[in-house]
Amino acid sequence: MSGWLSVRSIAIVALVLALVLLPVYVELGGSRFLLTLFTRIIILALAAVSLNLILGYGGMMSFGHAAYLGIGGYAVGILAHEGVSTGFVQWPVALAASALFALVIGALSLRTRGVYFIMITLAFAQMAYYIVAGLARYGGDDGLTIYKRSQFVAPIDLSNKVEFYYICLALLVGSMYLVWRIVNSRFGLAIQGARSNDTRMRAIGFPTYRYKLTCFVIAGTLCGLAGALIANHTDFVSPAMMYWTRSGDLIIMVVLGGMASTFGPLFGAVALLVLEEVLSGITEYWQIILGPLLLLVVLFARGGIDGLLGKVHHG
Amino acid sequence: MTLFIEQCLNGLQFGLLLFLLAAGLTLVFGIMDLVNLAHGSLYMLGAYFAATFVAWTGSFVFGVVLALGATLMVGMVVEVIVMRRLYGRDHLDHVLGTFGLILFFDELVRLIWGPEGLTLPLPSWLNTSVQILPGVDYSAYKLSIIVVSLAVAAFLYVLVMRTRVGMLIRAGASNREMVGALGVNIKLLYTLVFGLGAALAGLAGLMQAPILTVQIGMGENILILAFVITVIGGIGSIRGALVAAILVGFIDTLGRAFFPDLLRMVLTKEAASTAAPALSSMLIYLLMAIVLVVKPEGLFSASGK
Repeated sequence: MSGWLSVRSIAIVALVLALVLLPVYVELGGSRFLLTLFTRIIILALAAVSLNLILGYGGMMSFGHAAYLGIGGYAVGILAHEGVSTGFVQWPVALAASALFALVIGALSLRTRGVYFIMITLAFAQMAYYIVAGLARYGGDDGLTIYKRSQFVAPIDLSNKVEFYYICLALLVGSMYLVWRIVNSRFGLAIQGARSNDTRMRAIGFPTYRYKLTCFVIAGTLCGLAGALIANHTDFVSPAMMYWTRSGDLIIMVVLGGMASTFGPLFGAVALLVLEEVLSGITEYWQIILGPLLLLVVLFARGGIDGLLGKVHHG
Repeated sequence: MTLFIEQCLNGLQFGLLLFLLAAGLTLVFGIMDLVNLAHGSLYMLGAYFAATFVAWTGSFVFGVVLALGATLMVGMVVEVIVMRRLYGRDHLDHVLGTFGLILFFDELVRLIWGPEGLTLPLPSWLNTSVQILPGVDYSAYKLSIIVVSLAVAAFLYVLVMRTRVGMLIRAGASNREMVGALGVNIKLLYTLVFGLGAALAGLAGLMQAPILTVQIGMGENILILAFVITVIGGIGSIRGALVAAILVGFIDTLGRAFFPDLLRMVLTKEAASTAAPALSSMLIYLLMAIVLVVKPEGLFSASGK
């Protein structure tokens, strides 16, 4: 049961309110760095939301999700480099390229399960990384600077930082709504059924392979959108954004926030990235703290933040 | 022709090195059902230990032996402190927990040895070349990697298939509780197996160290290759790991050496030189995709181990 005034819903309302009002605070004299940081957090939260769809609800342990960030980003970067700066071309291409990659990788990887699936998605994402790093024309290892953000018709102007922030936030909320609709639809229930017991779902007549593949492609496409956003945010794309540790970060966000929950990935992204900022302010060697911290979360707090908030309520 | 023979030997050498890494990975997975991403960190530690100990002792052999012992110890300590708590849990927990370990070890290495890499110089008796065929010289060091790796492969085979400890390991893999009930200290056995896997990774790392530089993150790229090998060979199968490792070693090395030339025959020179680096790094993943389509469980499934 989740009442109106549970700890969880208060936390959610507080977080969303804070995100909506952040630019106002910055305009009133807060640090501009906050706006940059939170734009980044929101974009990565969008990527985590897409990963949560397959990892949390679908039980598909993809360790290659950052590949779509890279593909979406490079679609924007390469088109911009070739002189196509209109977002009406760039963004659909970014989405289509991510969807196509997800379709091919998913079709192959979903033939397997368990640990094979983890390793195969990881390996294919690394393949994409090496391919991109080998593109000498587009900067290779060094990456590619984007001189002009995606152009849309007025009044949409991505170069305006506050406007870009709100566009990212709107897309995040939209994706969360989309994922929420998907998991509560018949399709989404079938996916969750397949997570619990694939054999049984097939036995009662669901072609689970096709369902899961569709889900995999939707998640990849959404993450490609996050990639297009992040390319516009940093005005730069490089193979590093699709390195496998990035995929690890996304998994951490999902698990830290709470798997298979609507707001979990957002909590996780905020928590991880703010924690990174705080720790790196304390010591240069902050990962020596983050690593064991992760281990502790895995060992003792499997429900993640969402689970903890829920526990307080039921407490 | 000389170049071809040389590249074939390079492929064999690289493949056998990958085998050492993949064998530890597949052993730990096959027996403890544990996905260990931090395997690459042990590879890195082996290289760092070797570079340090060789410099301290002034003797290559002595330093290498010390480094192997140190990696074995680190492996066993990690097993006792962390891995033991992860057995029997979800694979996602393994992935996340060992990912945390990677962050920890990378940063620890940066803290102890600094951000710059180290080098491990070869002693003069290994830094020569040997005539293997009339007119074909080959690096004595790379040749010794091949010999050592083959010896280790043979040792592993005998250990797992022909000794009492190996019998217990295999028994522990199929039914942990039963072996424990029969009075075997299964916890100690697992610690030893994990230590063995760590030492194998360390051995691979320190043997690779004189060829490449010793640096942070060196274990991560090669770990992915080890994953590809375990997937191709069949997870849990040491024999599969050996076959797949040699296959991957050959394809990767020969692909990088000769694929650009092959491509030049089909494409224009400019297109070939643009596409070649990207395409030749794709070859092993293509191999993996093909194996997956034909045999999703890998070439040698774990039942055949």
